[in-house]
Order: sequence, then structure tokens, then C-alpha cells
Amino acid sequence: MDFLPALARWIHFMAGVMWIGLLYYFNFVQVAALKAAAADGTAAGITKHVAPRALLYFRWSALVTWLAGAALLGSQFIPAFTLSKGLAGIGVGAWLGTIMLFNVWGIIWPNQQKILGMKPATDEEKTKARRLAFLASRTNTMLSIPLLFFMAGGWSHRALFGL
Amino acid sequence: MKNPLDSLWGTVISGLVLTAILYYVVRGFLA
Repeated sequence: MDFLPALARWIHFMAGVMWIGLLYYFNFVQVAALKAAAADGTAAGITKHVAPRALLYFRWSALVTWLAGAALLGSQFIPAFTLSKGLAGIGVGAWLGTIMLFNVWGIIWPNQQKILGMKPATDEEKTKARRLAFLASRTNTMLSIPLLFFMAGGWSHRALFGL
Repeated sequence: MKNPLDSLWGTVISGLVLTAILYYVVRGFLA
């Protein structure tokens, strides 16, 4: 039955690359690009054609990453989330990933729907939604740094790091 | 005080600081 964890690890990596790759695209590229595009009146190209597609893959890859991670933990799921001895490193990574998943589905996506006009919203609501989605996205970018440290080293290299 | 998350560098530095804090917490109290 070693096949299932190997499959889960592969899916976890692929979906994770897509999720965090798109998160970095939003934060490192799109935020600055939108500011520049708004100045010359070309922002609609991004908000109409790029952002909705990027958000589609972003939110679903986040969910697939979490589910594949949970499958990978298998019987260690509860011990990891309760930060049991020897599993605290990967457990902290799992908690960070869970907080980030909540940010995607609970804050970023509902507010982006208002910003992109998929849900009705007043100008005032849109301004508030823009700030909330931005801060949740930046929070996830910040959390991705320890997340990737604990994912990369929290289990396989825990002895090296003394975790 | 300015929110560090408003700038990209502030976000990255905050992430690195948080990594160090969590690392020492896990190593010191949970490992």
C-alpha cells in the first residue's frame, strides 16, 4: 500500500506548485501590474480575462493541495494536527496550510467575487473587499514562507533541524 | 505604524521572521 502515499505526495506537490505559484503571481506580478494598467486605462484586460481564470485554478488547487496533504498524512493526521512529539514540525506546516486554505475560500474568493463584479456590491463594499482580499493574499504570501520551510524540512529533515 | 504587508519586502521579511520564531518554538517546546 505504499502506492497511495506516493500518489498523494505527487498530487500534493503538483497542486501545491499551482496554488503557491498563482499566489506569488498575484502578489509579485498582478498587484503592481494592475496599478500600472489602471493608470493607462487597460486594467480591464487583467480583471476580465486574466484574474477570473487565475482565481479558478488558485482556489481549486488550494483545496486539492490540502486534501492530498491530508491523504499523505494518513494515520498521522491527528497526531500532526495535535503537534505530537516528532510530528510538531510537519504539524505546524499543516496548520499553516489549513489557515491559508481558509483565507482562500473564506476571505479572498468571496471578496474577489465582489471586486470582479461576479457578485453585486456597492462602490464602498468594493473598496472594503479590495483591502480585505489584498491583506488576506499578503498574509498567505507571508505564511507561505514558514509553510514551505516546515513542509520541506519538518518531516524528512526533522533530525537535521532538531524538530 | 505602517502595515508591513502593504509592501512586498515587508511581507517577505515578516515571513522570514515568522519562520525563525516558529522554528525556535517547535524546537524548544514541541520537539
